[in-house]
Amino acid sequence: MTLRLERGTFTTTFTQRLKELSGQDLFTCYQCGKCSAGCPSASVMETPPHAVVRLAWLGQEKALRGLNTYWLCAACLTCDLRCPKGIDVSRIMEALRVMFLRPREEPDMVAPDSLPKDMLSRIPQQALVAGLRKYTK
Amino acid sequence: MTRIGVFCCWCGSNIGGVVDLDRVREEVSKMPGVVHAECYRYFCSQPGQQMIEDAIGEHKLTGVVIAACSPSMHEGTFRKAAERAGLNRFHVEIVNTREQCAWVHQEEQEAATEKAIGLIAAMVEKTRQNEPLSPGSAPVVRRALVVGAGISGVQTALDIANGGCEVILVEKEPSIGGHMAQLSETFPTLDCSQCIMTPKMVDVAQHEKIRLLTYSKVEEVTGNVGNFHVKVRRMSAHVDRDKCTSCGICIEKCPVTVTSEFDEGLAARKAIYVNSPQAVPNTPVIDAEHCLYLENGKCGICAKVCEIGAVDYEQADEILEFDVGAAVVATGFDEFDPNLKPELGYGRYENVITGLEMERLCSSSGPTMGEIEIDGKKPKDVVFIQCVGSRDETVGNEHCSRICCMSTTKQAFLVKEKIPDAAVTVFYMDIRAFGKGFEEFYDRVRKKGVVYRRGSVSEIYRKKDRLVVRAEDTLLGEPLDLETDLVVLAAGLVPRHDADDVAKLFKLSRSTDGFIKESHPKLHPVETTTNGVFLAGCSQGPKDIPDAVAQAGCAASKVLSLLESGKLTTEAQIAEVDEERCAACAMCVTACPYDARTLDEERNVAEVDEALCQGCGACVAACMNKACELKNMTTRQIGSMVSQLGDRS
Repeated sequence: MTLRLERGTFTTTFTQRLKELSGQDLFTCYQCGKCSAGCPSASVMETPPHAVVRLAWLGQEKALRGLNTYWLCAACLTCDLRCPKGIDVSRIMEALRVMFLRPREEPDMVAPDSLPKDMLSRIPQQALVAGLRKYTK
Repeated sequence: MTRIGVFCCWCGSNIGGVVDLDRVREEVSKMPGVVHAECYRYFCSQPGQQMIEDAIGEHKLTGVVIAACSPSMHEGTFRKAAERAGLNRFHVEIVNTREQCAWVHQEEQEAATEKAIGLIAAMVEKTRQNEPLSPGSAPVVRRALVVGAGISGVQTALDIANGGCEVILVEKEPSIGGHMAQLSETFPTLDCSQCIMTPKMVDVAQHEKIRLLTYSKVEEVTGNVGNFHVKVRRMSAHVDRDKCTSCGICIEKCPVTVTSEFDEGLAARKAIYVNSPQAVPNTPVIDAEHCLYLENGKCGICAKVCEIGAVDYEQADEILEFDVGAAVVATGFDEFDPNLKPELGYGRYENVITGLEMERLCSSSGPTMGEIEIDGKKPKDVVFIQCVGSRDETVGNEHCSRICCMSTTKQAFLVKEKIPDAAVTVFYMDIRAFGKGFEEFYDRVRKKGVVYRRGSVSEIYRKKDRLVVRAEDTLLGEPLDLETDLVVLAAGLVPRHDADDVAKLFKLSRSTDGFIKESHPKLHPVETTTNGVFLAGCSQGPKDIPDAVAQAGCAASKVLSLLESGKLTTEAQIAEVDEERCAACAMCVTACPYDARTLDEERNVAEVDEALCQGCGACVAACMNKACELKNMTTRQIGSMVSQLGDRS
């Protein structure tokens, strides 16, 4: 696939929104690939995490839409811990999930009372919050 | 009558692109006392300076205000120009409209313009009240102090001494040479480090103008440029340096073994030791922490075997004092501690080592006599990892260490030379081959079969007796697990652990990366914020040997031109005392960081030593009776500056 880069791509509303939602300055990424190398889900991802960051950096909303990468992210935070530029990649994945979910007519819902109580204490904070956000659209 | 001229510099588009200088000129022209105002693209240029000189003559100016860059940049330039036109240099003042207006308010152009007008108005008020001053002069001690005797300190000391001035060279370790003495070959020419370093070390030890103090620390620095007074603690070696013949029998017989710092922990040394057979000086020292005799009075073997009785357990530390005119800080760097990157397994796996450890393995005078071996086995697969602790915000190091790209390339080359069938892989993010001959060397090493793969290593784990390196080849977009026998971490260069103590000792600042800060990154690269104190080598920031040597030469030439001038122009904007008001409470004496304030107990007033006073104003702030004033920065002047700003806001 040929990526089409146009003037102003770097400041597209998509990239700016992603920065706002994730709170991460993805422009400082120097593409070392450490996030992808340490990611336990990378082998089943269609595009490795560092490439998703690169696509997001270039404002490639179309190329990102429908990728399984950010859905397979388990928010284990290994990438956050190891990123030499201090970027929380998992937050970028979360922001992508939010951005692609929100505009949908019927969002996937997670009802809080459908979660088993003992799971609540073990579930990663980010996964729990993400689930509830889907409920609120 | 005061006749002030105001000159607003564009600084190219630096100021002119943000601040509306036409409006500034218009407003400034209305200010009381201002008889002339003009703008120009570059007042620091020759025609620009001429414009100022001409205006001083034409408008009979009694004061000049220049709105331009920081005074640390061109205050001297403009004051000299005014002097040429016959105006006392202290009638020239600078308003920093570049850093303080244009640069910090780039997005708010109107506010920047208003701020510039306000600051100029305040400075015009101050200039109206300026007095002409004349600086005094003080003699300079023709002797220099150099702290640290790695390649930078050694080169600085030699250059100063060859220029004819005495040098006190202080080194904390028992022998000189620093990190360079630990290296094997040096990039990109592959000169043997020992071969090019040792002759210089010997020169230092033999030079009649250099007093070499090893195993010593600078403890106190007082005084000022031209006249520093330093106290050096010469730590007890417990060996009489004059008697010892360096026969080595004490080392041979010492029963205590300790890991060797010089060999980066890869070999052992004794409790009485020299760093290496090539060490300069070659006299052993006793490590008091590990010596059995010094610890509990048992053993004493070294004293028994020493035929000339050079071992002296009673020897105490000595405090030596010197007067010096200038000092050079060449205290070097520390290697980054890879324990802070736990995923790389350093400290957990013995076959994960640092770049400096690899240097000792490659060095023909190292613990393996130059054979690359771990536990007696030669590795078949070797992986190098770049940027360990450099360009890494998680460990607080944003900076690039500059030398690792090439030192890794050199080490990869050495592996290929020593173990031709070894597979060598280098993981990198960017290769920075910026120096002379670097790119050519990088090419040569790739032609030799070293594989460069772009990507950062995420983790290293053990698999039987080998290691697995997990990374992403970001050029292929594919993950990879690479089995290997040896991993070398190109650990970056970080400020020395005691950089803060050194900075405090000499009253220096540090930049955000923690290294000691030069006074201007481009135009004063070896000067510091303390007059008469200079920098050489990695104390200022990471650099390779050629750069360190060049900077050392630069620092030496600055020291020589200071020391050879024989006398020094002292600060003119200094404190003065209104003796009528002074109550001799001595608050100023305690407040002064330069020892410039004393109490005349007969006359019962405080005095200012004009040679020592730097005009910092600490005494003015401390004085309860408002008896202290700073010339041309009086309370009245500051008051009228503040009220000018107040009127405008």
